[in-house]
Amino acid sequence: MAMSPRQRSKVSRGVQYGVLVVLFIAIAFTADWSTLREQFFNGDILPELFPTIFTTALKNTLLYTSCAFAFGLVLGLILALMRLSSVGPYRWISTTFVEFFRGVPALIVFIGFYYGLPVAFPGRVLPGGTLGVVTVALGLVGAAYMAETIRAGIQAVPKGQMEAARSLGMTHSRAMFSIVVPQAFRIILPPLTNELILLTKDSSLVYVIGLSLADSELTDFGRRNLSQYVNLTPLFAVALSYLIITVPLSIVVRRMEARADKAR
Amino acid sequence: MSEITVDKNVPAIDVQELHKYFGENQVLKGIDFHVDAGQVVCVIGPSGSGKSTLLRCVNRLEEPTSGKIFVEGVEVTDPDVNLDQLRSRIGMVFQQFNLFPHLTVMDNLTIAQTKVKKRSKSEAVEVARKNLERVGLGDREGAYPAHLSGGQQQRIAIARALSMTPDLMLFDEPTSALDPELVGDVLDVMKDLASEGMTMMVVTHEMGFAREVGDNLVFMDGGVIVEEGDPTEVLGNPQHERTQGFLSKVL
Repeated sequence: MAMSPRQRSKVSRGVQYGVLVVLFIAIAFTADWSTLREQFFNGDILPELFPTIFTTALKNTLLYTSCAFAFGLVLGLILALMRLSSVGPYRWISTTFVEFFRGVPALIVFIGFYYGLPVAFPGRVLPGGTLGVVTVALGLVGAAYMAETIRAGIQAVPKGQMEAARSLGMTHSRAMFSIVVPQAFRIILPPLTNELILLTKDSSLVYVIGLSLADSELTDFGRRNLSQYVNLTPLFAVALSYLIITVPLSIVVRRMEARADKAR
Repeated sequence: MSEITVDKNVPAIDVQELHKYFGENQVLKGIDFHVDAGQVVCVIGPSGSGKSTLLRCVNRLEEPTSGKIFVEGVEVTDPDVNLDQLRSRIGMVFQQFNLFPHLTVMDNLTIAQTKVKKRSKSEAVEVARKNLERVGLGDREGAYPAHLSGGQQQRIAIARALSMTPDLMLFDEPTSALDPELVGDVLDVMKDLASEGMTMMVVTHEMGFAREVGDNLVFMDGGVIVEEGDPTEVLGNPQHERTQGFLSKVL
């Protein structure tokens, strides 16, 4: 039977929808819904989690992530500028740093910081307790990734921008900070936000250093309650709480991208 | 309109025995070139002749390989020269405009005034407004570059350079990236500037402008100055074979 390309794509689309519907129905009928609800959405346990899940756990996750991100962003910018520098040693230091912290699992960096630092510098501790450790350990990992993103952004700004700024008498660093870097950040806003989302999730690794109840963040909170209730409902609630952070973040970025497009 | 004061005793631009290599490739092969204060000198020639490189060496956006360049008696090629201060006195206009896309027209015009010349914000705004009027775009100070046509962007770029109150202006093919119908507006601004006595070095393909406005015309080919002189003479009665060949193709 001869079909026009349009008819053929219509039929093919129909088949795809059909497969999806069958898949959903199959899952819906084979799943054990009552146990699922009992295990993941237990009405008795859920109210017990409030308000601590928000007032302590979510709050701490936000605090750890934003401090680590701020620290990582500043360090990442410095590393990116070092990587692009004409001074050889700066480039080598930056490259070594980035390769090391990108290549090592964040979990190991946490352990290294918590147990390694007191051995290396006896009697000294990072200021800020848990927050200090998270900010630095997670920030170092984030900085390594962000440095590469920022470097790519700086290199994506047309060379003529630096030339125009220099021809007006700006010094190299003035031109960098007033002209090139602002444009670079506009370019890298989406990948930078992905970085923030990844850091939000990586902040869960802080449980390895052992947290007090007051320092507990979402994942640690979920694990505590998981063992207390022997039920998966706390973890499910924690998962949803992460989405409360990450979904609005994506929306904000889409808005900012739209605004940047208008100005371009 | 402000009077531009120039020292008539020292050449505005004086290039001596300039050589420039890009790797193995020699782009400038011993250029001697000068522009007197208040003069408009146009540089023409086929692409790859080195004319843009010569212009970009004047404010050291390109680093000369050897030779000396003086701007108003100050040696640009001196390694210890305060290049940033020198550059703030040399206006430059690019083929691709190079406006700062993240800043409004007004901020484009004021940022270097406040950060380099250390003018107060209000003084910078006043200077910027005057120069926007001068290029006929007084009503666009709040716009972003992306919302302007190419011809408007280039006139803003000229106003940005003028806002630094430069002693001389370098134009690097200022109309080559423009749609034909937009070229006229930009050339008009440049003609006004010339008639006010601004010292200008213009790399261009606009023979009409060179003939009408230029005090001197330089024809370059293969990294050397082949012929130079009065524009009407050079364009109307070229002496050199290569000049004749080039002009027969473009006129």
